[in-house]
Amino acid sequence: MENPTSFFDEMLRSDHGPRAPYEAYHTWFEGEDRRDLIRKSDEAERFFRRTGITFNVYGAADADERLIPFDIVPRIISGREWARLTRGIEQRVRAINAFLHDIYHRQEIIRAGRIPIELIAKNDAFLKAMIGLEPPGGVYTHIVGIDLVRVAEDQFYVLEDNARTPSGVSYMLENRETMLQMFPELFGRIKVRSVGDYPLALRRSLGASMPRHASGDGAVAVLTPGIHNSAYFEHAFLADHMGVELVEGSDLRVMDGKIAMRTTRGYKPIDVLYRRVDDDFLDPLNFNPDSLLGVPGIMDVYRAGGITIANAPGTGIADDKAIYSYMPEIVEFYTGEKPLLENVPTWRCSEPDALSYVLDHLHELVVKEVHGSGGYGMLVGPAASKKELAAFRAKLKSRPANYIAQPTLALSTVPILTKAGLAPRHVDLRPFVLVSPNGIEITPGGLTRVALKKGSLVVNSSQGGGTKDTWVLEE
Amino acid sequence: MLGKTAGGLFWMFRHLERAENTTRLIETGLRIALTRPDRSNDEWQSLLKTAAAEQVFFTKYETADAANVVDFLLRDAANPTSVQSSMAQARQNARMVRTALTREVWEAVNDTYMQLRSTLARPATDKNLPDTIALVRQQSALVRGALHGSMLRNDVFDFARIGTFLERADNTARILDVKYYVLLPSISQIGSNLDNVQWETILRAVAGQRAYSWLTQGAVTPKGIADFLIFDGRMPRSLKFALGKLQSNLGYLEAEYGNTLPCHAMAARLNAQLCTSSIDRVFEEGLHEFILAFLQDLAQLGRQIETDYRFIG
Repeated sequence: MENPTSFFDEMLRSDHGPRAPYEAYHTWFEGEDRRDLIRKSDEAERFFRRTGITFNVYGAADADERLIPFDIVPRIISGREWARLTRGIEQRVRAINAFLHDIYHRQEIIRAGRIPIELIAKNDAFLKAMIGLEPPGGVYTHIVGIDLVRVAEDQFYVLEDNARTPSGVSYMLENRETMLQMFPELFGRIKVRSVGDYPLALRRSLGASMPRHASGDGAVAVLTPGIHNSAYFEHAFLADHMGVELVEGSDLRVMDGKIAMRTTRGYKPIDVLYRRVDDDFLDPLNFNPDSLLGVPGIMDVYRAGGITIANAPGTGIADDKAIYSYMPEIVEFYTGEKPLLENVPTWRCSEPDALSYVLDHLHELVVKEVHGSGGYGMLVGPAASKKELAAFRAKLKSRPANYIAQPTLALSTVPILTKAGLAPRHVDLRPFVLVSPNGIEITPGGLTRVALKKGSLVVNSSQGGGTKDTWVLEE
Repeated sequence: MLGKTAGGLFWMFRHLERAENTTRLIETGLRIALTRPDRSNDEWQSLLKTAAAEQVFFTKYETADAANVVDFLLRDAANPTSVQSSMAQARQNARMVRTALTREVWEAVNDTYMQLRSTLARPATDKNLPDTIALVRQQSALVRGALHGSMLRNDVFDFARIGTFLERADNTARILDVKYYVLLPSISQIGSNLDNVQWETILRAVAGQRAYSWLTQGAVTPKGIADFLIFDGRMPRSLKFALGKLQSNLGYLEAEYGNTLPCHAMAARLNAQLCTSSIDRVFEEGLHEFILAFLQDLAQLGRQIETDYRFIG
């Protein structure tokens, strides 16, 4: 980081005094022996390894299970800030669900000329099988993660909407669990809102979305691609904490118009399937015929009201990066209100003017693949070499519609604990949102990802990012 | 419970039991190597046979000496029954059935796996081998303790126990299978005490040496040892004990689920055969034939349980 004062640090003001939400924590921290804290940090790592909180990295054969580094300095959000954020998130999530319903039914938003039809028609994330289908309770995205970044005291942006199968909630819960074990005295001093009810809230939320032909048992299950999936730990964690079965495609089959799981006592029907398998793999009969992860015929059962799939298939059309740039219009169209949360200004490279601007300013922009995720295949202009810039320029010219570009944001920092003391590092925030026919519920907190490398703006765990516990203060 | 989960539990505990048994075989070999060096290579080979690992071993090594056999049984990834392989499979199954385990049991298994993996990253030396063995022994006790202390007594627990006892019965029967010839009353041994090395191997391999001495006041006879390993219901590694536990755990499932399946009748028949037989009858009809039939029946019971409780689709 060349000039640390050019970034907003959430803990410390430029005169090195703590900002209001961090006051009590800062006082405590100053009174602690740093060596003790470093020792606790190492303890936290052992704790995570023992509990098996690991993620698998694709293509890394030597160490198939890695740990996401955890930093013991919490990221703290005041009650007032949180209240403001949640209003914005709720508005955005309502709009996303309304958009999904519209786009798979009358497509009013296209008729009204607010978004171009090509964006939908030519989009792989648009699932024809969902046209005209009414999901149980009208809910498309039961679980949403909204990625937020902060650039100034009062300026947050939505970086990305995760409307398919957002992951990371188990880290939110385990991070808190770890902090509670390591620093019980802190939670006595500072009133932090609890995140621990999330699994029960999720269970309740899923249970409120029964299909038309429910079995009466209200059985919920989590569908995982299996133990080799990078998020398997989370799938098992959520099933365990909800007290529901964790199933794979090979445990399931279609039986009497229901999806049933093979149990020790025969096949039992499932009413709600929280699937952590991508659309493509969900149903080899209807989508990718090579998939071994899904259930042949599940889409037919879904269509006939035999099961609730959470999130509904086809929700990817709402978190596509090309759609993202239209989110302000989408929010306004469906809620009739001005968006409370801002989008990052975005250039759609499919548009010639935007493309030429992007090509001219490549060294100062962040360029992302429209369908990419996980920080793969993106360019951070200011950090890129001449050679990388040239290579990306060529990619942009050959497939402009595959890219969007955004200014390099001055992401806020929160200090992490290093051997030399506190050091500012860039962060983002993923709050988790539950949607059911009964309403929207946002867990106070979320997953704070932190770029551990000095100066780095990439927070993805696959690219060397870590996590922090996120505190929302009672107020 | 999912059929897959039941299968995962069953195999997780089979592998755990197997890791412990293999460790005991290594301990036995070491003890004999230390106290009777002239006989040790023969014994190493028969231990390999007991671990059902002889064939794979000789594709890789020429001689069954201590260094080769210990490394092979302890940490060779090419040996599916090595302690390391068994622990890795136990842990893989534990991950698969994570939702059925308490945090205590999962952490005990995961911890065991991680500690062993770092300990076994290099070949064991004479110096650290006892510590390594102690580690497996301690960690196995920890897993068992966590299971007993933290798990609900429901079908999850039953499948875990069924895996344990099926593996244990199999292990004891295989020891008898490999050593049956020394237990036969042959002309040279009539009236004489059993070859000391042989009986020591057998009893150590089932951790029954001291117990046997207590029970028999030191009179070591082939018939006595066979009786102890097959028919003594007090001995936790005897066939009778293991089968009794198998039947009762299957019985808990039968009661909980309220349905009787072919595996229940099969376990009852096997157990009844043992209970109504005696060591004299076994010797009369042929020890080897008895053991072979037992191993076959046991394998069949395992397959029947797998089918009845839908471990695989």
